[in-house]
Amino acid sequence: MTDAAVAKPPRNQWWDVWDQFKSHRGALISAVIFIAIILIVLIGPMIWPYEPTKTDIRNKNMRHMLSCFGLDWGAIAGCLVNPTESGIKVSWWHPLGTDQLGRDLFARMMFGGRISMAVGVTAMLIALVLGTAVGVISGYFKRFDWALMRLTDLFLALPLLPLLLVMVMLFRAPLSATFGTEQGIFILMVTAIGITSWMPTARIVRADVLAIKEREFVLAARSIGTRPRKMIMRHLLPNVMSPIMVSATLGIANAIITESALSFLGLGFPPDFPTWGRLLNDGVQYMQAYPERVMWPGIFISVIVLCVNYVGDGLRDALDPRIRGL
Amino acid sequence: MPPALIRGLCQLLDNSAKKLVEVKDLKMHFPVYAGLFRRKVGDVKAVDGVSFDVYEGETLGLVGESGCGKSTCGRAVLRLYDITNGSVKINDIEIGETPQSELRPMRPEMQMVFQDPQASLNPRMTVQAIIQEPLDEHTTLTKAEKAQKVGELMDAVGLNRAFAKRYPQAFSGGQRQRIGIARALALNPKFIVCDEPIAALDVSIQAQVVNLLEDLQEQLGLTYLFISHDLSMVRHIADRVAVMYLGKVVELAPREALYATPKHPYTQALLSAVPEPDPTKVTGADRVVLTGDVPSPSNPPKGCNFCTRCPAVMDICKQIEPTYQELEPGHFVACHLFETTGEQGGS
Repeated sequence: MTDAAVAKPPRNQWWDVWDQFKSHRGALISAVIFIAIILIVLIGPMIWPYEPTKTDIRNKNMRHMLSCFGLDWGAIAGCLVNPTESGIKVSWWHPLGTDQLGRDLFARMMFGGRISMAVGVTAMLIALVLGTAVGVISGYFKRFDWALMRLTDLFLALPLLPLLLVMVMLFRAPLSATFGTEQGIFILMVTAIGITSWMPTARIVRADVLAIKEREFVLAARSIGTRPRKMIMRHLLPNVMSPIMVSATLGIANAIITESALSFLGLGFPPDFPTWGRLLNDGVQYMQAYPERVMWPGIFISVIVLCVNYVGDGLRDALDPRIRGL
Repeated sequence: MPPALIRGLCQLLDNSAKKLVEVKDLKMHFPVYAGLFRRKVGDVKAVDGVSFDVYEGETLGLVGESGCGKSTCGRAVLRLYDITNGSVKINDIEIGETPQSELRPMRPEMQMVFQDPQASLNPRMTVQAIIQEPLDEHTTLTKAEKAQKVGELMDAVGLNRAFAKRYPQAFSGGQRQRIGIARALALNPKFIVCDEPIAALDVSIQAQVVNLLEDLQEQLGLTYLFISHDLSMVRHIADRVAVMYLGKVVELAPREALYATPKHPYTQALLSAVPEPDPTKVTGADRVVLTGDVPSPSNPPKGCNFCTRCPAVMDICKQIEPTYQELEPGHFVACHLFETTGEQGGS
């Protein structure tokens, strides 16, 4: 042991986490795409000249710019350079086209992305907190185990869509009255999705807590006199990080899809309020003539879900010191 | 200091030394549930009426074969379990019935070193955090003071301070056990239960760890309950040795007496199984080979627990449980061969 070794401060652990995360190429690429999409949906609507709800009947039913590639070989370049004279209804001002009321789809996609992602992340957090709390409490405290697990079974047994339907019917009006239409429905949506999707997390976390509770380091902590709260925070939660991370990433994906499904069924946000699910719903009627109207929201939902899953995968590895290695 | 002198001093001290730990009739039964309604159908009598004392500054070795209840006994003494029956006194304070919450302020007095250094360290915590945990729980030191103390502890157990921010899996088995020992030492305990601290290590590392434990005992005046199945290692480190069989102590004696003149047939069999390093002395004639298996602790035999395998079994052994009595000063045996109180006394 040299003096130099003693004097050198140990390296910050987060650099190790970053190094490990970088080594997962899929996660890194996904993180870049994810952040790019978030930036676009956050900043885009501020600088894009078209409002998502502004109708412009003269420019209705425009195609997206990819339609140019459907022309003859010679005409593609001309279409891309000067779309107005290409013979099809395309414009760089509406790169994704417009809908049947002439609303700019690009603006609607960006604005809808905000809502979908906000719903996804918030609902995931609600489900995660609920699920982890239920899982840890029922795994660690034997006396609550039976009641909490039966509650979980009960929630799992509830048919999801009718339940959501009832919740939306019951609470839509009062919440809209209290918080305003959009906020009210946002709160309703995230709560409804959150409290109907925490059960798998609770079960996985409980199973892991039951296993970890019997490990010797928990016994060691008990021999030190560690209180239950610290035991959970210090020993159990960090060790169930992996399943929680996986649940979280799947949860975002699941929440976005559920929101889309609800919007698609017309139970979600009001019709003039775009979300990715709503756009899908609106586009379905015109799918034959204008496939891009369902294609773009569909692609973005898939890409976000995929990115979140990859990032979660990379984060789980990066946060595990056993995999990280030193 | 020559070993003979130490031994002499120990024996001198034995008479005057204070009892740090007094265990009386300790029972630890684990209920067994079965059937459709999870009814209790019996008990696993892991520890079934164990009594011993540990004097201040000594090492009491606790030996026995796998599954005889050594580890359970060690854990029950520290009240990591809620014991079924019996009394445990540490420093003259009865802790047998104390609820866990009231035990907490007493935890710094008594610590434990675990068998598997891999499993006993939280893989998500750095070495710094692991050693610091007892300090977080029981002291109000500042962050810098804690870091300082952790550094001192790492020095004391021979770990490089520069490794404080590493995770347990970056260390070898011996180093991990040192981390576990540093954690046990953090609160300056008086009494440490070493639960097979060397069983998971290879031989060269075993010696290092045992020497470290001995050095620490000398420097800090520690008292050990040293649980092991390695008889030669116990002979090296322990001052007195208790032999357990199926949840009971069958013999307890000072080290020399136990190894020179084992009384209980089980102790004799155990000792005869220790490999002899000198091939010229190996005759094989005095090997006592036990037949059969250890009975299940959930259904121990009537009478003496050892009667199913004992080479010197008598009729009375299958009927009446032998009493645990002091044969010579400090030499306790539970065997009908030496029973002086019953009808069939003497050997």
